[in-house]
Amino acid sequence: MRYIMKKVLSMALTLFVVSICVFFAFSLIPGDPVTRMFGTQATPELIEQYRQKMGLNDPLIVRYFRWFTSFIQGDFGTSYDYKVPVAGMIAEKIPITLTLAIMSFVMMVIISIPIGIYTAKHENGIADHILTVINQIIMAIPPFFSGIIMTFIFGIVFKLFKPGGFVSYTKDFWGFIEYLILPAVAIALPKAAMATKLLRGSVIDEAAKDYTRTAYSRGNTTNGVLYLHVLKNAMIPVITFMGMALADMVAGSIVIEQVFGIPGISRILLTSINNRDYPVVETIIMGIATMVLVINLLVDIIYRIIDPRIEVED
Amino acid sequence: MEIILDVTDLHIEFHDHDKPETVVEDFDLMLEKGEIVGIVGESGSGKSMSALAIAGLLKRHALTKNGRIMFDGHDLLTCDRDILRSYQGDEISMIFQEPMTSLNPVKKIGWQVEESLRIHHKDMDKKERKRRAIEMMTSVGLREPEKVYNMYPHELSGGMRQRIMIAAAMIGEPKILIADEPTTALDVTIQAQIVELLRKLNKEKGTAIIFISHDLSLIRQLCQRVIVMQAGNIVETGKVEDIFRAPQMAYTRKLIAAIPQIDL
Repeated sequence: MRYIMKKVLSMALTLFVVSICVFFAFSLIPGDPVTRMFGTQATPELIEQYRQKMGLNDPLIVRYFRWFTSFIQGDFGTSYDYKVPVAGMIAEKIPITLTLAIMSFVMMVIISIPIGIYTAKHENGIADHILTVINQIIMAIPPFFSGIIMTFIFGIVFKLFKPGGFVSYTKDFWGFIEYLILPAVAIALPKAAMATKLLRGSVIDEAAKDYTRTAYSRGNTTNGVLYLHVLKNAMIPVITFMGMALADMVAGSIVIEQVFGIPGISRILLTSINNRDYPVVETIIMGIATMVLVINLLVDIIYRIIDPRIEVED
Repeated sequence: MEIILDVTDLHIEFHDHDKPETVVEDFDLMLEKGEIVGIVGESGSGKSMSALAIAGLLKRHALTKNGRIMFDGHDLLTCDRDILRSYQGDEISMIFQEPMTSLNPVKKIGWQVEESLRIHHKDMDKKERKRRAIEMMTSVGLREPEKVYNMYPHELSGGMRQRIMIAAAMIGEPKILIADEPTTALDVTIQAQIVELLRKLNKEKGTAIIFISHDLSLIRQLCQRVIVMQAGNIVETGKVEDIFRAPQMAYTRKLIAAIPQIDL
């Protein structure tokens, strides 16, 4: 319990640092929300008037703490562009991005674990060699590229889905899930390839350890040794990787949403960066950072459950 | 006396290098019920390989094995794996040199001690298994067995882990216990305790022990009969006292001379 408290405290500190970094990074790059708002109709007086009104003329520190205090009270501010509260804007997009990330994660797990175990068990067999080569290739293909290829093959050649035909989860839930399958595959494939390779190596390493000989000496079958003894040990590094992969998928889905025309978080994030819509950008990035930190915490907890050697230090 | 294990002309060759390597050239062993036989020899003399062959634990790849290992009417070198497995852990058990790594680090001690029962006595219920495990752990000299039952290997010392290994090996009351340098990784006082424990279990349960060591003084303490091996061959065999009194081979004399003498 104390350990979790400590972790939560360090997470809060990390988030604080992230918020400072994002806020100050935007003050360093050129561009200004008011100029963007008025475009060609901007006059110096108008700009000055709006800057004053939006509080943009105050010192950076003052602006930061004004934003920070309302942020931690749950007020994420109002979008400069859309003039609506950021919270509402993002709330309806989060389920989309989150569903995509979770689907990718599940796919990675259900692809990599059986194949990893199979290739380790039949190390140096024909299937192992073929799968290793395929694995290397898949690992090298970035999701946006495989996304484009898949859109072409399944969308245009075989017409299995309609590119750009996204349906919202509020209208047709299964249609929504169906549309997300291909993008999820695109995100999951390279990660699944890496997880497979890692698990294969890990199982092979563990299988060479002394305790497996002990397990055989007690009359275990090969499968008994593999599933009752080796697998739990072999999963330890894989779980670390999968946790990192999940965090990466949340962030990585932003690119894939663009490729498949999914109106998730990514579209708002990109437009708000372009328009210097600070409240929106800050909130999304804080959200992503929180998710990554929570996932890390979960991985840490799972790790401790699996591996008794990691003591919960006070 | 009843012969329970009869090994004849055991020959083991490795093929994982360019040239085949003979690790055991000619090994014979007749083991009587309840006796303790020592196998002694320097590193690479083939004593561990012979023991692994008897326990059915030679890795299947890159080696050839010839000869016969007769146990309970079956040749363990050629019989079905199912038959071999039915003996492993139940009739023939083994303990190893490295108690630190021979236990599974992520499984509880109790689970590991009970494993042979779970595999060979599927009808036994959980309570009975635990009762036997606790009993066995007590008889190998572990204090607070109930507590140790729920601990993990990393929480125990090397000596305690070797006791756990012995408890796990003995829980099925095997006919043969193969102990491959079980005390080498332990310090001297623990060594003596483990040797004493093996002697006690041999007396109480009537389990025959094949005790492998490079240390003749330990063999002298524990065994009735000894086999001296060098470079994959048996160079001398006989009763322990005979070998010590009148070693026939120069190699055996050297091994005896290598026992450190403490003059106080």
